[in-house]
Amino acid sequence: MTKLTNLTIADALDGLAKGEFSAVELTQAHLDAMATKRALNAYITETPELALEEAKASDARRKAGKAGSLDGIPLGIKDLFCTKGVLTTAASHILDGFKPQYESTVSQKLKDAGSVTLGKLNLDEFAMGSANITSYHGTVENPWKAKADPAKKLVPGGSSGGSAAAVAARIAMGATGTDTGGSIRQPAAFCGITGIKPTYGRCSRWGIVAFASSLDQAGPMARTVKDCALMLNAMAGYDPKDSTSAPVAVPDFAKALTGDIRGLKVGIPKEYRPDGLSDEVNKVWEKGIEWLKAAGATPVEISLPHTKYALPTYYIVAPAEASSNLARYDGVRFGLRVEGKTLDDMYKKTRAAGFGAEVRRRIMIGTYVLSAGYYDAYYTKAQKVRRLIADDFARAFEQVDVILTPTAPSAAFGIGDNSDDPVTMWLNDVFTIPTSLAGLPGLSLPAGLSTDGLPLGLQLIGRPFDEETVFKVAGVMESAAQFTALPEGV
Amino acid sequence: MAYLIQGETCDWEIVIGLEVHAQVISNSKLFSGASTLFGGEPNSQVSFVDAGFPGMLPVINETCVEQAVRTGLGLKAQVNLTSVFARKNYFYADLPQGYQISQYDLPIIGEGTLLIDLPDGTTKPVGIERLHLEQDAGKSIHDQHPSKSFIDLNRSGVALMEIVSKPDMSSPEEAGAYLTKLRSILRYLGTCDGNMQEGSMRCDANVSVRPKGSTELRTRCEIKNVNSIRFVQQAIEYEARRHIDVYESGGDIKQETRLFDSGKGETRSMRSKEHAHDYRYFPDPDLLPLVISQDFVDGIKATLPELPDEKKARFMGEYGLNSYDAGVMVAEKDSADFFENVAKGRDGKTAANWVMGDFFATMNSDAKYTWTNPPVSAENLGRMIDLIKDGTISTRLAKDVFIFMVEEGKDPATIVEEKGLKQVTDTGAIEKAIADVFAANPDKVAEVKAGKDKLMGWFVGQVMKATQGKANPGMLNELIAKKFKE
Repeated sequence: MTKLTNLTIADALDGLAKGEFSAVELTQAHLDAMATKRALNAYITETPELALEEAKASDARRKAGKAGSLDGIPLGIKDLFCTKGVLTTAASHILDGFKPQYESTVSQKLKDAGSVTLGKLNLDEFAMGSANITSYHGTVENPWKAKADPAKKLVPGGSSGGSAAAVAARIAMGATGTDTGGSIRQPAAFCGITGIKPTYGRCSRWGIVAFASSLDQAGPMARTVKDCALMLNAMAGYDPKDSTSAPVAVPDFAKALTGDIRGLKVGIPKEYRPDGLSDEVNKVWEKGIEWLKAAGATPVEISLPHTKYALPTYYIVAPAEASSNLARYDGVRFGLRVEGKTLDDMYKKTRAAGFGAEVRRRIMIGTYVLSAGYYDAYYTKAQKVRRLIADDFARAFEQVDVILTPTAPSAAFGIGDNSDDPVTMWLNDVFTIPTSLAGLPGLSLPAGLSTDGLPLGLQLIGRPFDEETVFKVAGVMESAAQFTALPEGV
Repeated sequence: MAYLIQGETCDWEIVIGLEVHAQVISNSKLFSGASTLFGGEPNSQVSFVDAGFPGMLPVINETCVEQAVRTGLGLKAQVNLTSVFARKNYFYADLPQGYQISQYDLPIIGEGTLLIDLPDGTTKPVGIERLHLEQDAGKSIHDQHPSKSFIDLNRSGVALMEIVSKPDMSSPEEAGAYLTKLRSILRYLGTCDGNMQEGSMRCDANVSVRPKGSTELRTRCEIKNVNSIRFVQQAIEYEARRHIDVYESGGDIKQETRLFDSGKGETRSMRSKEHAHDYRYFPDPDLLPLVISQDFVDGIKATLPELPDEKKARFMGEYGLNSYDAGVMVAEKDSADFFENVAKGRDGKTAANWVMGDFFATMNSDAKYTWTNPPVSAENLGRMIDLIKDGTISTRLAKDVFIFMVEEGKDPATIVEEKGLKQVTDTGAIEKAIADVFAANPDKVAEVKAGKDKLMGWFVGQVMKATQGKANPGMLNELIAKKFKE
């Protein structure tokens, strides 16, 4: 029999339903696995007691015939989601000791569906980063190793690096992620798993520590397209507590996985072939196009002319919002406080000690672009360009049903690489950021391995609130890709 | 008459614009469900949203939007169907989010007009620049500990309307009249209780001066958070004088924010423009643009009460009041309602005399009297006027009846009955009283008959006294005159 930790969520639900194993056994298997993989540093906080308690309750519900859609499935929660009574850090020193009195809408919905919480997953501080190297609680290690240099520690991507690493290493069946500019999709690609950033507004942001409010969106990360669909079904839905959540019905995403994509038009944006795009990424992309053709879909070359402006636009909009969103971390009411002689002194000391370099950098950029005299040149212009980028997509979707691109320009890189210059690091998100700015759903799935044996991901982008088409096409690609490679030690 | 301040070089006029922060009457806060009641235990009315906790999001309170629209309509102002909430960023211990959610480029209410009533009975229009919705901050308390400050977040997130006038006022009196009228309208509308002591209405005054006849706008100073109408007037007067002194001694006024010290009656610098905050306003990404429908606005319009200006005009037409009396009567909705309850179906002028005379005097004599607990109910005052009209009591007796009504709270007919205050209209009884006075004072009778007419009044008084003031005054005069002619 397959190890319990290697099951997909769908298979585990099946096994639980048939009584092949209990939720407690499934949970215990994960807790045991977690204990052997602490070197990855995927979890900031493990909650084994809570997990077993929830698993017991799940078994009782199942016995009573009241099992929910994810009943008994052990999940990890990105430590950006506030969890009632459980330390919530956003991977920042400034939230020291913060145990919320409330549960985020999304994590509550997952609980309501019967899932079991294994713990809180590491991330880049305040979700700012693409390599999970900015966490106050330490760098997360990618469970995958390069063939050429197996000793080299690789990054899992970011910001949902802990989530991606945990799912890939089989120490969570699935995990929540959040994506502001690629924070679900890029780590999913780096760790050989599947993750979807749904349409902005699909999941409630209530109770998620805010990074950039107009971009932040929660989504599932799991090992199959179907698992993501099952999780998203539980996570999504209108929430009156989030004014930006959309009052639209949530379809059954798993039902979209019909395998039939005949006649669909798939956009291939010509602007997504920047100089220096690695050959292997290009090859995987070409392969992806072939799979879709073989399944009866038609590739169509499209143009997204403002793509090249997406990165600079994002690095104005996101820091601007972040600079304001992070003002509440002032040492007055919760988290870290470093005493000072005056109120201003206390603010300065607390925030200097509490925020890491990347967060401070973005607060400074954001403060600058919103300042009198610079606002129009930066913030106003960025908002206009953001609109143009969204219009590019809207025009493209008049021609095509879905868009296929690489998820990231490269496979996972070494911890410490790309760290000299923040801009090099930011380039990781060049393919994911435009989607975020346009608020569209984007899914990354593993499509092949680099010559070094590392996973490479492809991204599918859909129309607003058309995650179903994205899932449908992803399902077909998943079957074609036959991605069966496993990271080390699984 | 233009209000001018005499300087050494010339006469100066003042240019005044006012910003009023009016706390919206609503059960819960602008973006959270926490209560807005005044006077709760510190930090007892605070949600996680108000306290700026991680992951908390604002959700607009529809009642507050409705109140803002209602106020806009009351100010005859443009209602913007789309408006945008923006963040005003600054750090302070009682501002938990590190920003205040306000409106900047696109306020919910645009330009309007307010008619101020001046003491000479004339009115003057003052332009309204805008009205926007915003959150209040919490309160810092500095006097509880030698080195620490305490923070009370009960107010944090309470909805305020910032109502900005155009710089259309030119004297402290006009500023006072503006605030009085604005408060009156807000109270009529039920959108703000206008209580300046409790801070539910606060005023910032922008003041500048210019030589008489000039149309330039010179540098203005903003006097922050003045908490009574009288203080606003004092602050403006002081500030204008200060500007003139500076100009006349060759100096220049710096744009700055100033505080009014009501103890010393002077303003002093709080922060200059160079130290002004850069608030980095930008649209709040947690909130979508606020879009309301014309139907929503029309629905509110349909429920607007009669406002002071319309009511004043009606009182003048319907009850024959003059402009001044009508203005006094409508200043408060409660007084207008009271008056109208008294005057309905009766002589308006008589009603006005009683309400503005004995009634207001008694009302103001003791703090225990309020509109919910008036010294005399409108019904009883009305019935008393009826008793005067039908001759049961004289106006003179009515003064006594009024006092008994205040003391005993009974209806006037009962009082007249119990106290025997019914006026005597029986000719025989009055003639008998006259005869008694004549009999007791033959010398004075002789004097009158000898031509000393002035003593007639004395006889009237004596007979009135003898009838405990109950004799019908008209009849009494007539019968005494007749008696002398005998």
